[in-house]
Amino acid sequence: MMNIGQTTPQMGEIPTRLAPPANGRWTGFTHLVMARLKELKREPEVIFWVFVFPLLLALGLGIAFRKKPADVISIAIVNGPRAQQALDLLQRSAQKSAIHPNLLSQAQAARGFRLGKYDLVVEVRDGNTIHYLFDPSRPESLLAKAQVDDALQTAAGRQNPLPTSTAISSEPGSRYIDFLIPGLIGMNVMNAAMWGIGFAIVEMRQRKLLKRLVATPMRRSDFLAALASSRLLLMITEVALLLGFGVLVFHMRVVGSLLTILLIGAVGALGFAGIGLLTASRAQKIESVSGLINVVMMPMWIFSGVFFSYERFPTVIQPLIKILPLTALNDALRASILEGSPFAAQTGRLLVLVIWGGVSFGFALKWFRWT
Amino acid sequence: MPFAVECRDLRKTYDGKVQAVRGLSLGIGAGECFGLLGPNGAGKTTTIEILEGLLQPTSGEVTILGRTWQENPRELREWLGISLQETRLSEKLMVRETIELFASFYRQPSSADEVLRELQLAEKADAWVGKLSGGQRQRLAVATALVGNPKVLFLDEPTTGLDPQSRRQLWDIIRGFQRKGGTVLLTTHYMDEAERLCDRLAIVDHGQIIAEGTPSDLIARLGGHHVVEFEVSGNSTRDGAMDHWRELPGVEAVRHDDGLVSLTVREPHLTIPALLAAVEQLGRVLQHLTTRQASLEDVFVRLTGRHLRED
Repeated sequence: MMNIGQTTPQMGEIPTRLAPPANGRWTGFTHLVMARLKELKREPEVIFWVFVFPLLLALGLGIAFRKKPADVISIAIVNGPRAQQALDLLQRSAQKSAIHPNLLSQAQAARGFRLGKYDLVVEVRDGNTIHYLFDPSRPESLLAKAQVDDALQTAAGRQNPLPTSTAISSEPGSRYIDFLIPGLIGMNVMNAAMWGIGFAIVEMRQRKLLKRLVATPMRRSDFLAALASSRLLLMITEVALLLGFGVLVFHMRVVGSLLTILLIGAVGALGFAGIGLLTASRAQKIESVSGLINVVMMPMWIFSGVFFSYERFPTVIQPLIKILPLTALNDALRASILEGSPFAAQTGRLLVLVIWGGVSFGFALKWFRWT
Repeated sequence: MPFAVECRDLRKTYDGKVQAVRGLSLGIGAGECFGLLGPNGAGKTTTIEILEGLLQPTSGEVTILGRTWQENPRELREWLGISLQETRLSEKLMVRETIELFASFYRQPSSADEVLRELQLAEKADAWVGKLSGGQRQRLAVATALVGNPKVLFLDEPTTGLDPQSRRQLWDIIRGFQRKGGTVLLTTHYMDEAERLCDRLAIVDHGQIIAEGTPSDLIARLGGHHVVEFEVSGNSTRDGAMDHWRELPGVEAVRHDDGLVSLTVREPHLTIPALLAAVEQLGRVLQHLTTRQASLEDVFVRLTGRHLRED
């Protein structure tokens, strides 16, 4: 790829034309991409913020907001001659796994109930009357009374006059984690593009590395293309990692095709790369670009439906929210990942991203300072 | 001899106010090592960055190897090797990777191994740039300039802040490039560097060239050949005394600095006996007397009334 220089210039010689190229058209570009990836790989902070942090966020929020199994109802049964009857009935009932009985003295039971340790106190009195002590202002106490009464009555032989049937709706796809993962992917694509392009460029400008690079025959377009390409390569890894994490840890179901998801991610990454380039077009110090990047991203963290649906905001501002690039990216990702909506159906949202990215890129080229 | 680098009436005004360069013209012959010598803020960096095509001059013309930045930027980038003042290369890349990255931009680069060997960086080839010493970093900066096989080398203060050994290593590298026929333009505020390294130099102050020539020529023309420095009892610089010194035979200039009098003289063997006689005649006692060869520092002080290293 590289040759030893063919001629050494002679005293007084003025060259007349360029030497034939030993390096190919894309040699510089390839080296720039490789150098960028090597630098990122050798920067532990980058690995953490780009790859580990989103996973931790998904794990934390996924656990905190998971649909818990129905709580076990803890009740006290007052120890008496007939207490065993109640225990037997509960043992036979269909709800036995949801009810945890504790055999206690009257005083212990009353005290535990007062402290909220038990949701209900059951006492079987003379004549097989079942006496319930409960607090109607405590929802769990109300629920416990209804559940326990139902369990005891049914176990004792009560027949329901009306036939019923039920369906359970906590399938993968409608849980919080299913909503969250595509949002995190969108946010990660935005963060990584803004920092990976915007911050990186200003840092190189501050170190005068940009100036040094444009003092070589390097094509400036190659430099920008290399930054964008390394971003795309990383984006693929990030998306795969977050989706894989959702599938493995939370049994998430990815309905859309991986290709569609990656294409949407690529449009998003390039769109935000354009915005990142614009934020970096003039700033001379990393402090000023950091502020700028946060100002640009802050509204989208809040409004673009990363952690909760933007439908909760007033109707008047909905149109504004929908033209934010991250909203478009998140909606497109959710439609694809959760509903399997095809790439072609996302044209409107992708157009929002392309316009944001394209217009930003245009202004960035106009204002950009290499030195 | 054709000029490899030439500029005429270069001017640069920042924000319509600060005049960094005010009508600077120079010509550097092919194969020559040319130095721009001057204090900080003299306009050296602005000048060299205009020549490098990194700054747009407010007015003036630049021709390098017969080309201009407007018409042949691509060729000029191929033919120029540049080391800026204080570039911080990526710390997490290895030395070899950095050189190969810069080599990848050129049509006919030297091999990385050859450059590593030439710049005595072979041992550090696999070290991260962040782990290099100041001298090694500076050699790497020059390596990135040399790897493209340039015909002209621009070095902006290549040895500032380096220890004497690292400076000599860099001088050897620059001489080696020049021996192979390369043309060098460097800026410096070190006198000894300019004297030893440069075939010709221009002294720059306030954005203008105030003197130009070979180092020995400049010293002979402007500094006199010798400097006699002395101190006498009493006030040796009082008004009357200064006139005495100025009237001594062979004295070209008189300066004083905190009681120390410096005479610039052509023939010390005539001046010194006369000086001793004058001291005795005035009833003073000589407390200190040295003579030395004049240096570029003397030239600079003579021209500007200031020392080079102070701002």
